[in-house]
Amino acid sequence: MALDQSFVGRSYPPTDPYEVGREKIREFAEAVGDANPAYTDPEAAKALGHPDVIAPPTFVFSITFKAAGQVVQDPQLGLDYSRVVHGDQKFVYVRPVRAGDRLTVTSTIEAIKSMAGNDILDIRGEVHDEAGEHVVTALTKLVARAAEES
Amino acid sequence: MTAKIAYDDIEVGTELPAQTFPVTRAALVQYAGASGDFNPIHWNEKFAKDVGLPDVIAHGMFTMAEAIRVVTDWAGDPGAVVEYGVRFTKPVVVPNDDQGATVEVSAKVAAKLDDNTVRVDLVATSSGQKVLGMSRAVVRLA
Repeated sequence: MALDQSFVGRSYPPTDPYEVGREKIREFAEAVGDANPAYTDPEAAKALGHPDVIAPPTFVFSITFKAAGQVVQDPQLGLDYSRVVHGDQKFVYVRPVRAGDRLTVTSTIEAIKSMAGNDILDIRGEVHDEAGEHVVTALTKLVARAAEES
Repeated sequence: MTAKIAYDDIEVGTELPAQTFPVTRAALVQYAGASGDFNPIHWNEKFAKDVGLPDVIAHGMFTMAEAIRVVTDWAGDPGAVVEYGVRFTKPVVVPNDDQGATVEVSAKVAAKLDDNTVRVDLVATSSGQKVLGMSRAVVRLA
């Protein structure tokens, strides 16, 4: 069943702050096998002009996708999450995420489309720091594959 | 932000050094833990096959994280990346053997933009299949 178009533009309340820790960044960088010292060595990060270690570009997805759970699990929207696959992902950065950040995410339903029985949901996650400054926007396209004919 | 590459030294068509990234089952388990994405299609072969996949597949976000390393290693400062987007076109299938899978990533400068930025187009393949589409990054150079 097609998703309700009236949900387009709906925003969800900002999440509680997520505190970015140096060791979490290190764990993530190691998991993707990326030895760039900007992720683990505060001095190396400072030499590049950053106040502390920075996170790899895709690190923030863990935070924004958790926030997007408000949308995908919204019972009123009624998305069948068991049929959802990740279609597209994009990040637009104002600055890199860094250790010490306390980040909140505000999720908005950007678009709802129906193509060949598939529901396509675009979610925008705006990430702000503790000072209220915009850090990064995450654009996530989820595709709920059409249910089989019953 | 201090990229090691100067905008003026770069032309449209400049190729970035290509890289090949191994993807093993162990790496997927480690990524699941680090990212918090414990979807069993990324570590449980029985579950993956039950939902119609050929085998365990890599997290799309793992592949996305690997591909951008071609850009961040080139630029020097990962903070120089101002935009990065991909489409997940095919899954990276990861067999349970000593080798796993590999993802090959190449990239070249597709356009010079304003404000010392360039658009880099990436191509990521695994077993000859394109696994990321519309894969583009915008990077601010020195």
